[in-house]
Amino acid sequence: MTLFKKHSGLCTFLVLAFIVVICAYDLDYSALDTFSWGTFLDTLKQLMKPDFSYFYDGSGEDVLSLILLTIAIAFAGTVIGTILAIPFTLLSARNLWGKHSIVPRIGKFILDVLRSFPELIYAIIFVKVVGPGPFAGVMAIGIHQIGMLGKLFAEEMEKMNEDAVEACRSVGANSVQTMFYARIPQLMPIYSSLILNHFEIGVRSASTLGLVGAGGIGAPLIFAIQARNWDKVSIILLSVIVTVYLLDIFTGVIRKKLK
Amino acid sequence: MKIKDTVHLHWYKHVLVLILIILCFATSANATGADFGKVFSNSEQVRIFLSKLIHPDFSYMPSLIEPLIKTLKMSILGTILGVLLAIPFSFLATTIVTKNPILTGIVRFFLNVIRTVPNMLLAAILVSMVGIGEATGVLTLTIFTFGLTAQLFYESIETIDTSALEACESVGANKLKTAVWAVWPQMIPSIVSYAFYALEINVRSSTVLGYVGAGGIGVILNTSLGLFKYDRVSLVILMIFVIVMIVDGLSEFIRRKIA
Repeated sequence: MTLFKKHSGLCTFLVLAFIVVICAYDLDYSALDTFSWGTFLDTLKQLMKPDFSYFYDGSGEDVLSLILLTIAIAFAGTVIGTILAIPFTLLSARNLWGKHSIVPRIGKFILDVLRSFPELIYAIIFVKVVGPGPFAGVMAIGIHQIGMLGKLFAEEMEKMNEDAVEACRSVGANSVQTMFYARIPQLMPIYSSLILNHFEIGVRSASTLGLVGAGGIGAPLIFAIQARNWDKVSIILLSVIVTVYLLDIFTGVIRKKLK
Repeated sequence: MKIKDTVHLHWYKHVLVLILIILCFATSANATGADFGKVFSNSEQVRIFLSKLIHPDFSYMPSLIEPLIKTLKMSILGTILGVLLAIPFSFLATTIVTKNPILTGIVRFFLNVIRTVPNMLLAAILVSMVGIGEATGVLTLTIFTFGLTAQLFYESIETIDTSALEACESVGANKLKTAVWAVWPQMIPSIVSYAFYALEINVRSSTVLGYVGAGGIGVILNTSLGLFKYDRVSLVILMIFVIVMIVDGLSEFIRRKIA
């Protein structure tokens, strides 16, 4: 044991190296046989030359309108997700149910299940249900956000300071009144900040949902990649990165104000 | 919280924000062609889909085991490589060790740009640049983990106890020595904890990476969907769910032990 402690750094290194070797041993590297640095560097060079004429050409199929559509998908999805998350939050916050600890457990399990599927799978399902198009993306993001937001909302509800709740209760407020006068005013800033954060995450995932036909910027991107139109790929990627970056700053400012 | 900060005296502000949100929602719902009736009117479609989905084809199970293990290996390898790569960059991204604001600014900007690329897009691009296969999946996860954890690491470097730093500097240690002997020991717990957090996210995303050809169980998901074999799709989704649950539970257990 002392030997292990003395060389704990070395031991960790050996264990890590062992795991890496085991994991890397039988993966399929056949793709790398056809890989050549020449084409790779060529692609990179072409990626450096974005096709700016594609950014806006007034046809409604250009990058700008698709980016706006992507943001709209994320916004609508986040609003739906937030509204639908509220009943699940009330169901799974432990401090609202007192002795009936079975109810929050069921609520949390439902949220866990909703959260464990990747958004892409929801998108695939909703493309089947409502047909391909941006609305499928809205529903996919909405349903996925229920799991994420519901869990975070419930955790914040459990962590909150109960003094105000007790004060309300001591003057005879019922559970609905304590909800509106003690809990909601305290939780509103945190919840708004979480919602903004998830809107940002939503924009990021909305830009990938187009891969399965759920609208947004993803579809033209995947077509451009498959056709090796690197100048188009480059302008789309650049727009996505700039949009996410700007939203990051924008939501950061609002969140700082909320505090 | 003072009495004049309560909701009742600022109701007009809240009403304005609410109206703004409703307006934005209406616009984005309009832009995405949202038709919530469709979700219910197409419920026949949902029913058929779900009825096929709730009868998983368990006989297909044996041929799923290997891709599942491959998926796990991919995500473990991607996580380890990404974390190892992120550690030096996270040291460069804080002024505490380097004392060079320009270098820090450049490194942080670079990390932010990497972080904004959604990992499905990254996978799609790498697949077309490097080739189809598991190696591409590992590469994607490595880059994604690098972006994710580098930011978490430098944020935790910024909150460390600086007295050890001063002690090192006062006896004449150079920057590398300060980093290794004063910053590193304080970082280890948060590095391990964030590494497991990244592993959870990577397992989740590696299950769908195959959708764009980056190896793992997503490939089977894609082909079964293409062949309309929903009983197989259902089994794949079920397996993803089980794996995600197991990894989540394991990493939560380990993170609680470390904390």
